[in-house]
Amino acid sequence: MNLTQDLGVWLAALLTLFVFSFLYKDNPLYKFAEHLFVGVSAGYYIVLNVWTVVVPNLWDPLVRTFTGRDPVTNAVVTQAGGPFNASVGDYRAWFLIPALLGVLLFSRLVSRIEWVSRWALAMIIGVYAGLKTTGFAQGDLVAQVQASMQPLWTPDVWTGVNAILFTIGLLTSLLFFFYSREHKGALGVLARTGTVFLMVSFGAGYGYTVMSRLSLLIGRFQFLLEDWLGMK
Amino acid sequence: MKRELPLLLTAVIGLFMILSFYVPHHLVSVPADFLQQCAVIVVAFGYVLGGANALRVNLDGIARRQPDWQYKLVLVVSLVGTVVVGLAEGRHWQDKSSVSMFLYNQIYSPMQATMFALLAFFIASAAFRAFRIRTVEAGMLAVAALIVMLGRVPIGNEMTSWLPESIRLGSLQEWIMNVPQNAAKRAILIGAAMGVMATGLRVILGIERSYLGGGD
Amino acid sequence: MNLTWLEKLDRRWLFLIVGLLVLGPLLRPIGLPLVPTKPVRQFYEAIEAVPDGAIVLMSCDYDPGGKPETVPMTKTALRQLWDKKCRVVITCLWTGGSGLVDETVESTAEEYRASGKTLVYGKDYVNLGFKAGYEAVMVLMGKGIGNAFPQDHRANPTASLPLMREVRDYSSFALLVNISAGYPGTKEWVQQVNSRFHLPMVSGCTAVSAPEYYPYLQSGQLRGLLGGMAGAAEYEKLRNEKGSATEGMDAQSLAHVFVALCILMGNVVQWTKRRGAGA
Repeated sequence: MNLTQDLGVWLAALLTLFVFSFLYKDNPLYKFAEHLFVGVSAGYYIVLNVWTVVVPNLWDPLVRTFTGRDPVTNAVVTQAGGPFNASVGDYRAWFLIPALLGVLLFSRLVSRIEWVSRWALAMIIGVYAGLKTTGFAQGDLVAQVQASMQPLWTPDVWTGVNAILFTIGLLTSLLFFFYSREHKGALGVLARTGTVFLMVSFGAGYGYTVMSRLSLLIGRFQFLLEDWLGMK
Repeated sequence: MKRELPLLLTAVIGLFMILSFYVPHHLVSVPADFLQQCAVIVVAFGYVLGGANALRVNLDGIARRQPDWQYKLVLVVSLVGTVVVGLAEGRHWQDKSSVSMFLYNQIYSPMQATMFALLAFFIASAAFRAFRIRTVEAGMLAVAALIVMLGRVPIGNEMTSWLPESIRLGSLQEWIMNVPQNAAKRAILIGAAMGVMATGLRVILGIERSYLGGGD
Repeated sequence: MNLTWLEKLDRRWLFLIVGLLVLGPLLRPIGLPLVPTKPVRQFYEAIEAVPDGAIVLMSCDYDPGGKPETVPMTKTALRQLWDKKCRVVITCLWTGGSGLVDETVESTAEEYRASGKTLVYGKDYVNLGFKAGYEAVMVLMGKGIGNAFPQDHRANPTASLPLMREVRDYSSFALLVNISAGYPGTKEWVQQVNSRFHLPMVSGCTAVSAPEYYPYLQSGQLRGLLGGMAGAAEYEKLRNEKGSATEGMDAQSLAHVFVALCILMGNVVQWTKRRGAGA
């Protein structure tokens, strides 16, 4: 065993053990670690978004437009056509619009004027509704239906059997979600067949979830053993 | 008008974004690109708002001396401290030797990883106490889960190494993932895609208004 | 057989057993053999098929919560790409992930250089860092990578980096390697980038997401898939490397057996209790 001399690693290891102490029972050490984590992560998210989005994507272009100088190097920047002459990627003074919308978002902190934030929300919802609708339509609906049209009669028997089974599973699982008619008679039989496939997929999903969660524990133990205790 | 104008804005922008998927002309693509830039910036403001709200709620809790207010003080101090340090360090705040990166690497990163690692213990406990096979369907779920769990790791093939390769746990697991599981997941994908498209259109057309919140 | 004591068992005993079963093989490895599965081999072959020297986009969409699964995949993929002299542009769309991604990339680059190979930041690889906006960023990059990322992770102007002068939009890349832990991640890249801009892609993801990406693999939208720590370990095996994923598989195996036993024993206890009540 070769304990690390790095104070940072000691801090990380102690906080890790504080969080693990919750497994015995809830205690002040765990509560302290939990609140410290929430505080640091909230602060980190604020700083990250300021320096990686607000400054380079909003502040810098506005400074270049209105002062004619680069905000980092202070070199002169010439922008032909004026502040509202936009092209792809170069929106100059038009960035005042997202700046205003971003500031309006903060009205949510004051209940009397929180209706003002609806403008910013409307813009976000409009953009993402549009992107998601076309993304799901092309990537999930069209492409997946296209890929489902596979040959059911193949030279290799097992490939053909699997293809038939796959198609039966797909159609019956889709029929399971058809609620416009009661699941009786032929539809009932097909829906119950779909249930079999769905249960198998949920079981597979559970198995993979178990694998994922245990991997996370393995990772923490690897950190404690290798980085903290130096047992490698 | 406090609700109608935002609804109109959502409709116009949403329809424009859908149009931009089909029309490459610069009269459509340039404004669409600008709207995406706006979304990126406003989402970033949203994160800042979230942090500010966390600060407000916890400051309120400290002022009212709510239960565990001392821990809320820890939260507020660490939040403010992280923000002050990060903003003070400037554009190079993510350099290896910065205080911000120390806070990230030695506080945020290990604790987030450990919070998720706790789930491993709870999943084992839940498997023993809550996983009950009371119906045929639950039995199918359990059998699939057991085959996949054991077949996906090396011990599954070792345990069944005496069997022909095609019926070892690893091969059974692969077959389950490629055929029945795949079929059901594809059905869910297709169904979910139709649901998202319907919801997206409802939002764009103003039928779905819950995102505006209550009030006038 | 009276198993009612099992029903009343304090769950903390189960926690202890899980902890010991994970700790044991980490201290004393068993060495269970790994057999790479087809999706992993497809992932490996898709990267091998990229022309040497091509530019590849790698989006590392994860945070420390998925570290043990995603970091080994990232490291192995970077080494495979750099062995082929591919130039790599790295991005991160997860708020909590950019620090971890940078640390992973830089530590892999340092190990690579320590083995005597040349690797220059800005020329062989660039880390563009984090950008908020989820799908909007993905589509924004389609009109110009530099438009979405005016500066890199180190606050260098993107236009000043030699590699980025050769990158315009998605057409500049031969492949998208997406390592993801959830949303935004593989699903969104498939929907917004693979479907719209037809950029070929492979995915490495946490095990909890892997089952829902099998349809994308079967349809060809994904050319390869690594699922969880097992996928990462099999990928290391294909590369003849022994990383943290391989080292964790013995512990994973024993823990899985225990969870399987928990499911069976929990139900046996219930059945014997119901039979006892019925008798």
